[in-house]
Amino acid sequence: MSGTQEKLSVSLWRGGKDGRYQTYAVPRRESQTVLDVVTFVQRHLDPTLSYRFACRVGVCGSCAMTVNGKPRWTCRTHVEKVAGSGRLQIGPLENLPVIKDLTADMELFFVKWQRAKGVFAPSQTRHDAIAQIRPDTPARAAADAAIECINCGVCYAGCDTVRWNSNYLGPAALTRAWTLVNDERDGGNAARLQAVAADGGCHSCHSHQSCHELCPQTLNPTAAIAGLKRRTAAAYLKGDIKT
Amino acid sequence: MNVQLYVWQRATAAVMAPLVLGHIAIIFYATRQDLTAADILARTHGSVLWASYYGLFVAAASIHASIGVRNVLTEWSPLDERRAGLFAILLGVLLALLGLHAIVALVLT
Amino acid sequence: MSALELKHRGSVLWIAALIHRISGLALAVFLPVHFFVLGLAVHGGAGLDRFLRWSDQPSVKFAEGGLVFLLTVHLLGGLRVLAIENFAWRDGQKRLATLAAAAAAVVALVFLARAL
Repeated sequence: MSGTQEKLSVSLWRGGKDGRYQTYAVPRRESQTVLDVVTFVQRHLDPTLSYRFACRVGVCGSCAMTVNGKPRWTCRTHVEKVAGSGRLQIGPLENLPVIKDLTADMELFFVKWQRAKGVFAPSQTRHDAIAQIRPDTPARAAADAAIECINCGVCYAGCDTVRWNSNYLGPAALTRAWTLVNDERDGGNAARLQAVAADGGCHSCHSHQSCHELCPQTLNPTAAIAGLKRRTAAAYLKGDIKT
Repeated sequence: MNVQLYVWQRATAAVMAPLVLGHIAIIFYATRQDLTAADILARTHGSVLWASYYGLFVAAASIHASIGVRNVLTEWSPLDERRAGLFAILLGVLLALLGLHAIVALVLT
Repeated sequence: MSALELKHRGSVLWIAALIHRISGLALAVFLPVHFFVLGLAVHGGAGLDRFLRWSDQPSVKFAEGGLVFLLTVHLLGGLRVLAIENFAWRDGQKRLATLAAAAAAVVALVFLARAL
């Protein structure tokens, strides 16, 4: 059993919207992650705690929570990196309704994904030849740079424009739309550009770049959104978009 | 904010960038020379150049400020989209009218 | 739910965006007044002259310096936005944003120095 009997003071959000923080004492361990801490509380201190996780190795994005003010993947956040004075404050992701405790309701996040037409629209059938996509074309490079999003919601939770504007589709949905705009196999761009050019679309972004700072996959939604701004402006000036 | 407002916002911004630089230079000159109202009027009176320069500036600023304020209101105030838009339009009209009045005052009277 | 302090708001780029917004609002409030004062030049400029003499005080000059700062910083912030939205993505934007604010401050200080 590793070293110290040192305890962390961990405040966890309990309840729904009108809940409160409750503090627990959790033994400090070497190489402990924030997810380890939350799991310890649920297993040994309070089985009524609700939280989400799945892979616990940083590939699924399910365990995202607000840790000491910042949305992060708890499985990939080492306690020693964030709990300087031995204190942790953990809550559900911001900008989303709370279901219970550390669990946020992701529904609106995915509804906006659909609204942004972040869905591949096929232009060919199985009877056509397989499309030959070169990885080094500018369009494919742009798509590849933005494609590794695993819908964890961290960017959405950290975006102030999302906080201020309930219509705003958000960085993740718009980034996905951008990858599809750059996908030469996709046939849905007319509707997609129309969708992201509407109220609450890409033009609401103020380029704060919190999304870029926070994304655990080091994606850059601000850049993707800037690309959408250019494409929609050009389409609008050509008369392809109606407002 | 949608693509139409965005295009107008960015276009007026681009138009104003050189106008602002020129304006700052003019202000520096005017303050250094310690110009009186008579001095200013002597330079601006009857000038098509002044009227055009500041006419364009006032038009662009009215549109740009209106759209900008609309954004801020929809994000930071409890006003709904319609009311925010209305307030913004009023501000734009106010700026345009006052600006036009100022230009007329300096160029025509 | 209590609002947790979001630490990434301290980033230079976020502050740059906030300053851009605040300076824009301040200018939107100032401009109608500015246009109105210039309109005092109607009927020969006596009203404008009175205003110009009144504005010779240090406190007014200080405020004018502040306005020059606001205009310059809003312009530079706007150029930052236009650059992000239209040119290839570049690192070192944070440095540029800080430089822009510094440049605006310098311009305003020069104005003040000459005016006082």
